[in-house]
Amino acid sequence: MNNRAGIVAMSCACLLLVSCEREARRFQQPAPTAATPQAVPGSDIRAGAQPLTKATPNPAEQNAYAVAQGKRLFVWYNCVGCHAHGGGGSGPALMDDKWLYGAEPVNVYRTIVEGRPNGMPAFGTVIPESQVWQLVAYVRSMSGLLRPDVAPGRDDDLAAVPPESRREPAVPKTAK
Amino acid sequence: MSAIQDSLRPAGVQAAQIYDLWLLMLVVCTIVFAAVFGAFVMALWRAPRATERTAPDVAAISSQEPKSLLAVSIGLIVSAVGLIALIIASVLTDRALAALPLKDGLVIEVTARQWWWDIVYDDHEPSRIFRTANELHIPVGRPVVIKLKSSDVIHSFWVPNLHGKKDLIPGHTSLIQLRADQPGVYRGQCAEFCGHQHAKMAFLVIAHEPQDFERWAQSQRQPAKEPEGELQKRGREVFLSSPCIMCHRIDGTVAQGRQAPDLTHLASRRTIAAGTLPNTRGNLGGWILDPQSTKPGVMMPPVALAAADLQALLAYLESLH
Amino acid sequence: MAAARARVPRSAPAIEADGDLHARLSRAWGREGGVAGWFSDIDHKTSGVRFIVTAFGFFVAGGILAALMRLQLSRPENTLIGPDLYNQIFTMHGTTMMFLFAVPMMLGVGVYIVPLMVGARNIAFPRMVAFAYWVFLFGGLMLYTAFFFNAGPDAGWFSYTPLAGPEFTPGKRSDFWAQLITYTEVSALLVSIALITTIFKLRAPGMTINRMPHFVWAMLVTSFVVVFAMPAVMFASTSLITDRLVGTHFFNPAEGGDALLWQHLFWFFGHPEVYLIFLPALGMISMIIGTFSRRPVFGYPGLVIAQIATGFFSFGLWVHHMFATQLPEVGKAFFTAASLLIALPTALQIFCWIATLWTGRLNFKTPLLFVLAFFVILVIGGLTGIMLGSVALDLQIHDTYFVVAHLHYVLIGGAVFPLFGAFYYWFPKITGRMLSETLGRWNFWLFFVGFNVTFFPMHNLGLQGMPRRVYTYPADMGWNVLNAIASVGAAMIAVSMLLFVVNVAVSYRRGARAGANPWSASSLEWATPSPPPPYNFAAIPVLGGREPLWEEKGIAGRVEGLDVDTPMALVTTLVDAKPDHRSIQPTPTPWPFLSAVALTMFFVGSIFSPWAVVWLSIPVTIAVTIWFWPREQETQEHLALERRP
Repeated sequence: MNNRAGIVAMSCACLLLVSCEREARRFQQPAPTAATPQAVPGSDIRAGAQPLTKATPNPAEQNAYAVAQGKRLFVWYNCVGCHAHGGGGSGPALMDDKWLYGAEPVNVYRTIVEGRPNGMPAFGTVIPESQVWQLVAYVRSMSGLLRPDVAPGRDDDLAAVPPESRREPAVPKTAK
Repeated sequence: MSAIQDSLRPAGVQAAQIYDLWLLMLVVCTIVFAAVFGAFVMALWRAPRATERTAPDVAAISSQEPKSLLAVSIGLIVSAVGLIALIIASVLTDRALAALPLKDGLVIEVTARQWWWDIVYDDHEPSRIFRTANELHIPVGRPVVIKLKSSDVIHSFWVPNLHGKKDLIPGHTSLIQLRADQPGVYRGQCAEFCGHQHAKMAFLVIAHEPQDFERWAQSQRQPAKEPEGELQKRGREVFLSSPCIMCHRIDGTVAQGRQAPDLTHLASRRTIAAGTLPNTRGNLGGWILDPQSTKPGVMMPPVALAAADLQALLAYLESLH
Repeated sequence: MAAARARVPRSAPAIEADGDLHARLSRAWGREGGVAGWFSDIDHKTSGVRFIVTAFGFFVAGGILAALMRLQLSRPENTLIGPDLYNQIFTMHGTTMMFLFAVPMMLGVGVYIVPLMVGARNIAFPRMVAFAYWVFLFGGLMLYTAFFFNAGPDAGWFSYTPLAGPEFTPGKRSDFWAQLITYTEVSALLVSIALITTIFKLRAPGMTINRMPHFVWAMLVTSFVVVFAMPAVMFASTSLITDRLVGTHFFNPAEGGDALLWQHLFWFFGHPEVYLIFLPALGMISMIIGTFSRRPVFGYPGLVIAQIATGFFSFGLWVHHMFATQLPEVGKAFFTAASLLIALPTALQIFCWIATLWTGRLNFKTPLLFVLAFFVILVIGGLTGIMLGSVALDLQIHDTYFVVAHLHYVLIGGAVFPLFGAFYYWFPKITGRMLSETLGRWNFWLFFVGFNVTFFPMHNLGLQGMPRRVYTYPADMGWNVLNAIASVGAAMIAVSMLLFVVNVAVSYRRGARAGANPWSASSLEWATPSPPPPYNFAAIPVLGGREPLWEEKGIAGRVEGLDVDTPMALVTTLVDAKPDHRSIQPTPTPWPFLSAVALTMFFVGSIFSPWAVVWLSIPVTIAVTIWFWPREQETQEHLALERRP
């Protein structure tokens, strides 16, 4: 009886602490990190038996405000020009399960920062790092990979697709 | 001149009409308050004192009390007459506000965004249309029709020295018509809660003599001044290769962003950050490096620049008159 | 059932019941002891006290939030509280005061006092009222828990779209706000239905409709306003949640919705809402002025009609909150006329009260002091309301500190001051002890002076250009001094509230004992012991006049023929209060509490997933079914009583 009560209390506490992270509005961006992106290979395919890339989490994916900022920037920085609202056009679709360069946050980060062959520009010098992570979080939400309480709801705009929070997760084919 | 933001100092015909109504209401309401308060205090003063043991006046249950009835009736009739008079005064003022002659009016389109004002001066001839931000210039004595739109949430356009406020509601276009009758610098502020930086979403309305206004408008129609000297040229390069270019526009360069204030004539404006800071070199530098410390939550990210690059950029921006 | 026969004895019924009668009636109407008994209690006095105490707790919480706001605004460009936290604080302050303090408090006082005032032994539908209390409590706890975990709503207590919509408020903040509305609206609706039924059908015989006390009229009108106004905000908040959670487009202009729709729906509720807070206070004022002027209030028919007119016409004012939008000007002018003319019924009431004071003999005790403050503060607030009712003038002062001043003058002057008067007036009845007069006077004067010091300067601030809902202001606007003064006043109010709490705490244990009728008042609640026993009246009185304890034949007899060992109410006709039939009343049960727990899980779950609506409706259904399921033994007993009363 004590154990069960304890578990319920702990779950409530965890749910509530999750709330703290989801609802935080961090206006002061953290300083650019010297971390990972350089160390992460662009693709999981390599010769010989090697451990697959470890998933490195993107803190922005726990924060609803950050993902909402990513959604805003996706329009402001004209990602929609090539990718539309996820369905793709001259650029590939972003809301499906096909990820050419990997679906992990660091993979998407490198795509945005370094650009990719066949038309994806390199935005690294013109989009600050914290905003790139917000865009990464949003891009992954387009495939329904984020928790529904963090993913954005509908936009105040024409609605061609269900809101990100209501999409079935399109599990990336390149994941292990 | 320093800016004023005060509905009690009307500088335009609309604000003046509202001010007259305010004076009428103030006088009438003060008289009413004095009368009611006077009767109230008299009642308290002249009534005999009592305790719990004082016998209640049960005769009053069945008596008609004609004097009280008369007094209350008179009070009610006077109140009704007064209220109807105020209703009429209010409706007449509404009609006066709507009756501003609009001949030869200047048309400006203001789009409110979180948390700044995007301003486009309209013209029949497209080449004379120009864009600015956070600072409206208008000619004295000429009616101004402002089309109000919002691209995100509900804001409210309010420059109390010139007129009352009008909400900018996404999905609707509204209009406000005003006329400044004296030259001056008037401050306006967003008056509908619109998120984190509602408190710092101000703008200036500068009323000029007509010829000064024409001069200003003509200079605003020009593309950005070409940089002079190495430092300013370097500054333009910094601008065009930094995050600035993703959102801002400087007419005459490849920077054509529409998400942030138009910087073509930044140096001609008195304030930056929607009226939050005076437009000085120090403020501008601090704003570029870390806008979040002045306006936490604003859409502009901090831009990491080396000191030399920042100096060059500031030199360029300061040249954009 | 056979009609009860009322005999007319030579003397008025005794207030106290003798030992055996007291024991049997207490068993019939009381509750079990222990923890289970505490959760099963359905006595209206318990529910009323719970509403009052809980609402007061939220009042203190809202007051602390206000103190934080005034602290931040005491200096220009202050960095004590940043914009995100400030927005949450002012939203929580407004939401708390409007939804968690004012309406539940007024309804709670009604729940306690109205059955006593109409001569009933309990409120109608007492289990539903208990359920309404738990729903209110859990809603408030949900909101504050969310607030403490950074999910407190931050889009204003009025939560305009699109700001509160899915694009501009990410996360769950606005969802908690919208769900709170659901809780408090369900709670208020249920209490209102119970009050209407009590007032219409459970009045003591002889209390014809024109002998009802003014507070009863006030609660009747208030309850009807709740029934018609609350559904609008329920629809609005539900639409907001579905917009945010499942992607409907009620407020999305690009897909056929409209941002203005929110404002219409919200203010159609929002304007009557402030009258929900104001109307009960008008009733309290009548009761207190009558008692402390030692005469019945002048102008009974006028006062009743004024109450009804105010409640009715309050539905015709809502657009005055939207004068700055682009609605047609002729339409707005109509609302100017309505907004100004609604001052007339209130003016009538004020004149009748002044006439009462003028011709009465005044006992200046603390309840009367608080009510007298109304005449200064509410009148100022009403006059600034007339200014705000004019479209042209409103365009300048709308959304400025002028409105902040106005709304506090009318709400605090018009409702909170009379409410404190009611606290001092009815505390002896509820607890059996008198509150300290000395502390009461200090409480009163500090509150009165502090209130004016805080809020009067805000009129000037608004006229001089300071908008509202700002977390800071520039140092060179000329607003610094007035803001500092307002903050000092807020400190005075805080001290006065502290004095009140101290007064209550001390007097509860050591105040002078109050008898049944310490103020020598005239209404029926004073014909019971203080505090009243579970069954309220030893014998239900038969009334002979409007002032039962003052008039010689005020209580003309008593009701006989009601069972003493079963909770049995006498249901009377609506207008003439003639006995109609006897009705067996519900007994205590924990299922209202448990149903409220299930409902809370349902409401909170549906913030996070639409599937909660499906799965979590199961426990709610089970709980409510068990609540209503007839019990075999009870049914047998009731049938036996019917055959042989």
